[in-house]
Amino acid sequence: MALITCRDLTLGYESHAILEHLSFTVGAGDYLCVVGENGSGKSTLMRTMLGLQKPLSGSIAFGDGMKQNEIGYLPQQTAIQRDFPATVWEIVLSGCQARAGRRFFYGKADKATAAHNLERMGMTGFRNRCYRELSGGQQQRVLLARALCATRKLLLLDEPVSGLDPKVTAEMYGLIEGLNREGVTIVMISHDIAAAVRYATHILHVGGTKTFFGDIGAYRDSAIGRRFIALEGGDEA
Amino acid sequence: MIQTLQQYMQFPFVRYALIVGTLIALCSSLLGVTLVLKRFSFIGDGLSHVAFGAIAIAGVLNISDDMLFVMPFTVFCAILLLRTGRNARVKGDAAIAMISVGALAVGYLLLNLFPTSSNLSGDVCSTLFGSTSILTLTQAEVWLCAVLSLAVVVLFVLFYNKLFAVTFDEDFARAVGTRVEAYNLLIAVVIAVIIVLAMNLVGSLLISALIIFPALSAMRLFKSFRGVTVCAAILSVACAVSGMLISIVGGTPVGSTIVAVDIAVFAVCALIERVRG
Repeated sequence: MALITCRDLTLGYESHAILEHLSFTVGAGDYLCVVGENGSGKSTLMRTMLGLQKPLSGSIAFGDGMKQNEIGYLPQQTAIQRDFPATVWEIVLSGCQARAGRRFFYGKADKATAAHNLERMGMTGFRNRCYRELSGGQQQRVLLARALCATRKLLLLDEPVSGLDPKVTAEMYGLIEGLNREGVTIVMISHDIAAAVRYATHILHVGGTKTFFGDIGAYRDSAIGRRFIALEGGDEA
Repeated sequence: MIQTLQQYMQFPFVRYALIVGTLIALCSSLLGVTLVLKRFSFIGDGLSHVAFGAIAIAGVLNISDDMLFVMPFTVFCAILLLRTGRNARVKGDAAIAMISVGALAVGYLLLNLFPTSSNLSGDVCSTLFGSTSILTLTQAEVWLCAVLSLAVVVLFVLFYNKLFAVTFDEDFARAVGTRVEAYNLLIAVVIAVIIVLAMNLVGSLLISALIIFPALSAMRLFKSFRGVTVCAAILSVACAVSGMLISIVGGTPVGSTIVAVDIAVFAVCALIERVRG
């Protein structure tokens, strides 16, 4: 059974629909990229999948022993975080807040999880460094380590490479690809159509009345896919 | 000077003042970091004006122990402000300005219409700037302050990790199932309690300084959340105690002396940060 099954979703704010009749599934091990123009409702879709807002209609079902609060979420950075006094360790450990549950303090198992994920992201040496003094790419690694503490199966990434330079962007994609190979399912919002068609196994293209969902081969062959790849990724494809 | 202090220490009301002042300074600094970082500082400011209005109403209604009225009233307004702050239709800061300035005006109006003593401007001044109130605490008030302060400290320590999570990234916390609304409510209620307590020490106009300054000073010096929190608590207590001692010896108003010390410490911390580069 699929990890996530969305049926006939209509999304939006206060009865103003942004996306209508959206149906797709995310299977274990998939690498799904959500693409589309600005304002097409990509972030709204992600917030709905996380349970941060309710769909206007339709349903989201979680399968394979997956629960909604077991999604590892990598949000876009907020203004607050840029001058927040916190060490890398404090932030990564806060990814364990769900598994700590009603306990007030983090236990040994939580700390081991945090240390393990810090290692996975190659950030162990930065453990006691201040988050706001790190580079953009390092900050993303820290937030990714935190997201990994919250999940074993599924990561939801909201524009993980926005604002990063090309070299760091490539490293970030490499990291995410590695995680996917280890069996972590990836759902990523992306502006970067060239990278999306290179790494993803499935594409969800949203925007206006035209939506597309299918595997990467079908997307390349579809009319909407061809046009979008030519338009957005022309210089790289 | 030591002799003068020793002489004053013999009076129980001076000892009470020092104990209560220390406890209030401790708990007011704890949530300062969260308030500054969550951009909630203006709620603290708004609530202190609300508390002033509440005191005026308590005076008019002839409620003998005004804490019993002011505390629930301020907590109620804290919850109200938090709710409007999240409502996109009403601009949060405008709502806060309306409530806080409105409370100030109505409070002063009530005090004028129904004066409870002949020295009206003295009453108003001491409520706003806390000129002598810390020295006139009864033993019961000292106990109430002590118990509430300790409750705030215990709550803070227990929920420290959750508060960090909710302050650093609300969306992430909500996504992994942390009850963000409940913790925001807890923060608002605790702020309200702190403000009513701190009114005794520095008066309603200066409360924000007590909450904000130690946190801002500590943020100049430390880079971890824990470091900043501990440093803010220590700075706050040190400033409050030295401010109170200075005011006893020098005969200056307690509240503004403490805030002046806080400002001086902030200047020193900012300088240290600058020198360090």
